[in-house]
Amino acid sequence: MAIDTMRPCGDYRTSYKADQTIFATRLTLLFCIGAVVLLCFAPFFMSRYALSLLIQIGYLGIAALGLNILVGFSGQISIGHAVFFGFGGFASAYLADKGVPVPLAIVLAGLWTTVVGLIFGLPAARVKGLYLAIATLAAQFILQDFFVRAEWFTGGTHGAIAAPFTLFGYDLSGDDKYFYVVLFFVVIMYLGATNLMRTRDGRALIAVRDHYLSAEMMGVNLAKYRTMAFGISSFYAGIGGALYAHYVGFMSVEGLDILFSIQFLGMIIIGGLGSIMGTLMGTIFMVLLPEATGWVAGALSGSVIDQVLHLKDGISYLREMLIGAAIILFLMFEPDGLAHRWRQIKAYWKLYPFSF
Amino acid sequence: MGLSTTSVVPQAAADVRALLSVENISLRFGGLKALTDVSFHVKPGELFSIIGPNGAGKTSMLNCISGRYTPSEGIVRFEGENITKVKPNRRAAIGIGRTFQNLALFSHMSVLDNIMVGRHHLLKNNLFNGALYWIGGAQKEELEHRRKVEEVIDFLDIQHVRKATAGTLSYGLRKRVELARAVALEPKLILLDEPMAGMNLEEKEDMARYIVDLNEEWGMTIIMIEHDMGVVMDISHRVMVLDFGKKLVEGEPAAVLADPHVRKAYLGEEDPLLEDEQALTALSA
Repeated sequence: MAIDTMRPCGDYRTSYKADQTIFATRLTLLFCIGAVVLLCFAPFFMSRYALSLLIQIGYLGIAALGLNILVGFSGQISIGHAVFFGFGGFASAYLADKGVPVPLAIVLAGLWTTVVGLIFGLPAARVKGLYLAIATLAAQFILQDFFVRAEWFTGGTHGAIAAPFTLFGYDLSGDDKYFYVVLFFVVIMYLGATNLMRTRDGRALIAVRDHYLSAEMMGVNLAKYRTMAFGISSFYAGIGGALYAHYVGFMSVEGLDILFSIQFLGMIIIGGLGSIMGTLMGTIFMVLLPEATGWVAGALSGSVIDQVLHLKDGISYLREMLIGAAIILFLMFEPDGLAHRWRQIKAYWKLYPFSF
Repeated sequence: MGLSTTSVVPQAAADVRALLSVENISLRFGGLKALTDVSFHVKPGELFSIIGPNGAGKTSMLNCISGRYTPSEGIVRFEGENITKVKPNRRAAIGIGRTFQNLALFSHMSVLDNIMVGRHHLLKNNLFNGALYWIGGAQKEELEHRRKVEEVIDFLDIQHVRKATAGTLSYGLRKRVELARAVALEPKLILLDEPMAGMNLEEKEDMARYIVDLNEEWGMTIIMIEHDMGVVMDISHRVMVLDFGKKLVEGEPAAVLADPHVRKAYLGEEDPLLEDEQALTALSA
């Protein structure tokens, strides 16, 4: 219903094709294309720092989308997403080191991570809920340990050097150029997921989440789709990780801990489980929250609050605490995430002043 | 349908014409006997009802046919083939659809998507050309099937809620959407588990109409569990009565209703004639 009420009056669809579009109206389509075009010009007027934040949102957003497909759309759980992100990074660095061109290495790393994800996703065919959560927790620790020990692959504790991104001999490293690479991947990956969700296999994933018994009666193979969700999720994580590795130029096991996995969960909870655009919103929120904390702390420096709380020394703790607080607050007051809030804001403007 | 099957095994030879044959099904959960040695046959185009008191094993029977449970003993044949051990998700493809007693819609999906899931086994697009959508034919296929789904939507008069989220609908509408989803499977045999439970008279009349139309116009064979005797007697071709997991009788509605055992077991009516009979048999023993 919500979708129907959001349509402008006089908007009649006369073909099924017109009714199956991604964007409800032509205006939203133009708006989205406009936003991407505008982003294409971002390197010309944005600072390098702002660009680096956008790039961060890009690769994290891709990985988070994978997790949302797994958790939000297919109703499973993974608390080991960070290691798949890491695996993608290491795999891409490794492949590039062996002479594979970086753009190809990123895609291959995604596929390689998919295979690993499928292996760790096998328990999903049999167990659900808490038990599955523990199984994915095992993936987190096994792979984290693997990264430290497999020196041939990851360089062990020293980490691995990831070659800079070059396309046909043209160097695309550096914030202002790498930005386009990330933007390209974001658009492709998000479009892919949107399309997937409006076709057969995407619907099957949601059906398995909503009512697995009747999904099975409709001919959906539960084990196949549950495992497949892990595969897709790992593919996205792998691509995101690979983009990260070639951006930073260096991949290290540090930071791929369970806290990072939980941050991914935070992104999709805040953004909205089962919402593709929500994933991006959640990622933006998670990336900008620490920044905003920094700005506020900076603005408060020298004030009474600063003197009492020692903001400058405690800023990193404060950031972590705020992320935790944000997740809790969203779970309590907006469990459907920013995507839901955004829909409500749109409905408000649409219906104003007759909000009933 | 199934008339030319020459490879039918001897014991089922008498029921070559049967679309579904249930042969000596027993189902046990530990010490509990849910079904004991039940056999029946459903012919193509039939509207077959299963009735019986609560806990008689009606839904268990349906679950054995739809593959949710594997019977402890006995064989289920569909079009002459033994499907006793076929996985539930394979049964959609061979032509069995069902609805559930308690609503089993995908409550966060739109009505349209719910019904589209019903076409899962008919669609061929996959992960890869699905994600590409415009390239690889997924769009074309989706639109073709959308047309088919619209026919089902038209038939069940749910056009007005096409885009609504299934979980927000009223009970009667949800039941109808569930039927639509099962019909979208294009099954040969459709299993309805209490399609009219919890409905008011008007909704029941509508639902009965849809079921009869499905049977007569769409040519679907129907097995229905229902407690509303009026509906069962009016629309079924044949009725089977279960009690405590055993088959009491099977036959034309009127004959079944007149059967003294049924009156006693199902309708809870003490029949003086029956008691006399029992007394006589007790004396003669």
